[in-house]
Amino acid sequence: MTENDKASSRPTVAESSSPAAITVDHLVKVYKQTRAVDDISFSLPRGSITGLLGGNGAGKTTTIAMIMGLVLPTSGRVQVLGHRMPEDSAAVLGRMNFESPYVDMPMRLTVRQNLTVFGKLYAVKNLAGRIKELADDLDLADFLDRANGKLSAGQKTRVALAKALINQPELLLLDEPTASLDPDTADWVRAHLERYRKENSATILLASHNMLEVERLCDRVIIMKRGRIEDDDTPEAIMARYNRTTLEEVFLDVARGRVNGAKEAVR
Amino acid sequence: MTDISLHHGISAHRIGAMILRYWYLLLSSWPRLLELLYWPALQVITWGFIQYYIAQNASFFARAGGTLIGAVILWDILFRGQLGFSISFLEEMWARNLGNLMMSPLKPIEFLLSLMVMSLIRLAIGIIPMTLLALFLFHFNVYALGLPLIAFFCNLIFTSWSVGIFVSGLVLRNGLGAESIVWTLMFVIMPLACIYYPVSVLPIWLQYVAWTLPPTYVFEGMRALLIENTFRTDLMLDALAINSVLLVASFGAFLALLRSAKKHGSLLSAGE
Repeated sequence: MTENDKASSRPTVAESSSPAAITVDHLVKVYKQTRAVDDISFSLPRGSITGLLGGNGAGKTTTIAMIMGLVLPTSGRVQVLGHRMPEDSAAVLGRMNFESPYVDMPMRLTVRQNLTVFGKLYAVKNLAGRIKELADDLDLADFLDRANGKLSAGQKTRVALAKALINQPELLLLDEPTASLDPDTADWVRAHLERYRKENSATILLASHNMLEVERLCDRVIIMKRGRIEDDDTPEAIMARYNRTTLEEVFLDVARGRVNGAKEAVR
Repeated sequence: MTDISLHHGISAHRIGAMILRYWYLLLSSWPRLLELLYWPALQVITWGFIQYYIAQNASFFARAGGTLIGAVILWDILFRGQLGFSISFLEEMWARNLGNLMMSPLKPIEFLLSLMVMSLIRLAIGIIPMTLLALFLFHFNVYALGLPLIAFFCNLIFTSWSVGIFVSGLVLRNGLGAESIVWTLMFVIMPLACIYYPVSVLPIWLQYVAWTLPPTYVFEGMRALLIENTFRTDLMLDALAINSVLLVASFGAFLALLRSAKKHGSLLSAGE
């Protein structure tokens, strides 16, 4: 599928009648001379789990930041849960949440204190019960009263995930959720995300460099390169199109500019 | 954190959550608590002895007992009020927690209100022991100023919040590279606010500048009260009017700087 083919098939905000979780419409972000995000459009149905793939500088984080309202687009529109971002963010911020390596939980506060503060910010009902539930689900009970700064990387990731799930979000944005985790912890986090999505019909948008993670979790993959969408389909369809057996191979093809060759071979 | 700060009401619940966050932080760190106490105590002891010495050697200061030590206490309300506000804000930058807050339902106005409450709490922890030291060591009872003290306090704290809001916006926009402004901006005001000397000491052209600053009115008012036993209501009302303008302007500047930070992507890289 070429960029033009996809552009014509993608819904625009005006055209979309389905209650998409996220609709991105001709989104552009320019920093001085750099086009970090270059006219991208996509729409994510509710309950889906989508992987945003791309090398460093592909525009994944900027795209997610614009969806969250942390970065203002140069042009284009973002709708989240039916509301425009960032203009109407007050209506949706309580219904979504995120986890990112660009932020930390306060180090001196204990896990319980951090979850209490964020629970109150999100007006979570029966907060003590919710914290207990998360502690059980994410195996936090042993260190609930330990300062966040004294936790291991894996424990911190689980706490960050607990914060991201504290309000049982309808939409979860995850930027490298398993970066710097050992394979066991990373697998454990993925299993929890899968379970959460199934049990809550939540929508998840996941930016990752981990191709196995994306293959396992995502029912759709958007590949970005230099701020543009290079491909957008199910993992299986993308691998078939590139005549590859893993997303990692596809990723390398895209990153090393072997895209056309691979696609031509399939044709 | 939404840009739409005033459209959907202010939540006491969310403000309470932020105060709880800073309270937890304060209790978790004895150096933070100690820092609140020791510097005001050192200030009052140093200036108390200076006052005591010159009162013995200068008839004016013998009559105007307490002007120096009173000025030190009021200056500390101004300076500590701003620091109390700004340090709580900086804690979010140091902890890389700002993104979590910006993505939560917390609104800028709620964030700023929680910082204001924390500045009062931090101020109380530092200033109350300071005033008791002044009372027991130098027999200067700041509370004997009575109702005027409330007017002095309110005007000083409003100025400190305006400065705190503005510099927080600067740090938000420019990252921790702008942190030094937090610690030093109030000292730019210091010579012009005429803390230890009357406005008439300044050259005429500088007096015009000094009268644009609310603290100048407070320190003139304090001297009028201690030296002439006169409470200058007019000075307090003028200071209040300027403070109102400063508070609105600083909030507007904060929102503009927040928007600029979002435009330039500074919130994603809130380091140096």
